[in-house]
Amino acid sequence: MNLDEYRHAARAWLLENAPAGDSPEADPVARAKDFMARLYDAGYSGITWPARWGGQGLTQAEERAFAAAARDFTLPTYVFSIGLGMTGPTLVDRGTDEQRERFIRPLLRGEEIWCQLFSEPGAGSDVASLQTRAVRDGDDWIVNGQKVWTSVAHHADWGLLLARTDVEVPKHKGLTMFVVDMRHPGVTIKPLKDMTGRANFNEIFFDDVPIPDAHRVGEVNDGWSVAVTTLLHERLSISAGVGMGQGKDDPTSLAALRQVVDTTDPLVRDELVELHIRSRALALFNQRLSQETKAGIFPGARGSAAKLLLAELYLFQADLATRLVGPEAVVGGHPLAQAISMAPGMSLGGGTNEIMRNIIGDRVLNLPPEPRVDKTVPFKDLKVGTQG
Amino acid sequence: MKLVLSQEQQELRAAVRSFLAAASPLTKVRDGYDREVYARLNGELGLSGLIVPEEYGGAGAGFAELAVALEETGAALLPGPFLATTFATIALTRVPDKELLTAIAEGRIAATLATGPLDRVLNGMEADVLLLRDGETLTAVDLTAPGVTRTALETLDLTRGQARVVLDDGVPRRELGPLPAGVDDLLAVALAAEQLGVLRAALAAIVAYAKIRVAFGRYIGSYQGVKHKLADMHCKLEQAESIVRFAAWAADESPDELPAAAALAQAYVGRACFEVARDHLLLYGGIGYTWEHDAHLFYKRAKADEVLLGPPRIHRARLAELLEL
Repeated sequence: MNLDEYRHAARAWLLENAPAGDSPEADPVARAKDFMARLYDAGYSGITWPARWGGQGLTQAEERAFAAAARDFTLPTYVFSIGLGMTGPTLVDRGTDEQRERFIRPLLRGEEIWCQLFSEPGAGSDVASLQTRAVRDGDDWIVNGQKVWTSVAHHADWGLLLARTDVEVPKHKGLTMFVVDMRHPGVTIKPLKDMTGRANFNEIFFDDVPIPDAHRVGEVNDGWSVAVTTLLHERLSISAGVGMGQGKDDPTSLAALRQVVDTTDPLVRDELVELHIRSRALALFNQRLSQETKAGIFPGARGSAAKLLLAELYLFQADLATRLVGPEAVVGGHPLAQAISMAPGMSLGGGTNEIMRNIIGDRVLNLPPEPRVDKTVPFKDLKVGTQG
Repeated sequence: MKLVLSQEQQELRAAVRSFLAAASPLTKVRDGYDREVYARLNGELGLSGLIVPEEYGGAGAGFAELAVALEETGAALLPGPFLATTFATIALTRVPDKELLTAIAEGRIAATLATGPLDRVLNGMEADVLLLRDGETLTAVDLTAPGVTRTALETLDLTRGQARVVLDDGVPRRELGPLPAGVDDLLAVALAAEQLGVLRAALAAIVAYAKIRVAFGRYIGSYQGVKHKLADMHCKLEQAESIVRFAAWAADESPDELPAAAALAQAYVGRACFEVARDHLLLYGGIGYTWEHDAHLFYKRAKADEVLLGPPRIHRARLAELLEL
């Protein structure tokens, strides 16, 4: 089957099987699991993943062809996004054969949901300074601590957990990666209400939660290199989604704004022109990156520039829209009130704007690194989190 | 839409870049127009005939290739009438005029196109032929003919001159034919390609300096105050390059998209180029404010380019019009 045929077949399958619209009565998780099971049976789950563990063993070309076919559909796979985008690929890269055998197929078949447990209240941008402890106890490890910003944790069966296993060594050298059972009674999951008023994330508390050593991913104290693998997959899955699904329903878009503001006012016109310029500039940059990727030039850290620009555009756009619409934008549940509340999120999640600028400076422009005080000090002697 | 350079276009870029690095280094740009450099640029690389159709002795290339060449001449701050001759060539290919196109392709003449009143003509001193727009008609004037008075202007941009041109009534004018619409869009795209080069070179220069200059015991590029500014400048470069590739593609392949692409190119790239040139100068510190340093050459070229085709607001107004706001 050539790629065009593959895409046509995928499209035909999606037309038949992708659920049409939202049905509010149906349990979204049950719906997602049912869809994933059918996706797996049709051979579209884990397209590039090794066949030995339940994937299809195909190439990026088929993956892209499927993505192209799927662009016209809203697939209900959100609860699987962490598993498919981050934790699953990490296990494929770094897990033991027993772990791959145990976890990959149930993920691809939609039987088990995954979350990722790295960030902590005291360790965000500097995630390697995390304080959740895992202490060896016979064949088990006992975990205590707190994680935050965990998507889909309230649905999750398993979590990929980064914990501190040695405080006598510098911070990057005392971390270990585990697979933790999210259903254990010592795991407490609390929804985290964010500034939009919704709870898209959770806080997780671990109280003496045991993890069998067989669920350790990678070597003891080599968890940072495993985490780097996961974060690489995270950036790839975020940038793959960039620019999708921002359509005519967006109340901050030029198309929406021109319907509600006085476009004969030259000041308004100039603001809308600025919005057009910034949106087009970023859209063209994203298209260029994707054309380069297809031509075999991988963007690497340059993707951080696209992420930074997108974050800035979100903020600019919602800010501009509320200024143009005026007083009514902030009362009576106006969609722009939601938009301006959501706007900072893109500048914080997946790496703050400051971290993106560091990455561009260090890895794209190859500028000298900042002197670091945290690389050689034993963790127990290092200042972390919020002090004083 | 094609936003990535082909193998041939990359080779063209490498050839022009290495030629200019050797023949017209930054240390020479204050000396002005060097006819010998142009003779080789046109002879060895065939740049003057790049977009001249093959039937008139040119290479018959498109704007995608022209943009590659202009980006390099911009990055090198190449002095002399390269952009002016390109402007004239763009107009001539739309008429077209065999005699002048052939002469340009062979590198025998430099030309310029009046983009405003004749009291400031781009490279008016160096050009042999001036193209004028009399209403809808393109007209050629031999600038070496009796009755033509040219006076060099003092220009902000030390690397590119302008001149006041006065034509006596008796100066012969040759009507070349009606000039189709859309030439201004093509000029905007060509200029944006040069601006992309100026932007890129200014950023590269200050990034290199940030890796060797030390203050308070550290390389200045290690300070976030500097690093983050350079990262933002890099973001502008990425977007500017994407827009220039798009606009060049539109010029070659998609006439319907050209007007908005051209206005976008000037509105975004013209501004980004000046902003990056300005910030690159500032990040040098005091040395960047000296006459001796090259930073002000980029800064001044960027400003001169930004206003070359008119006050920049006209490009934004055009966008508003094209978006039917």
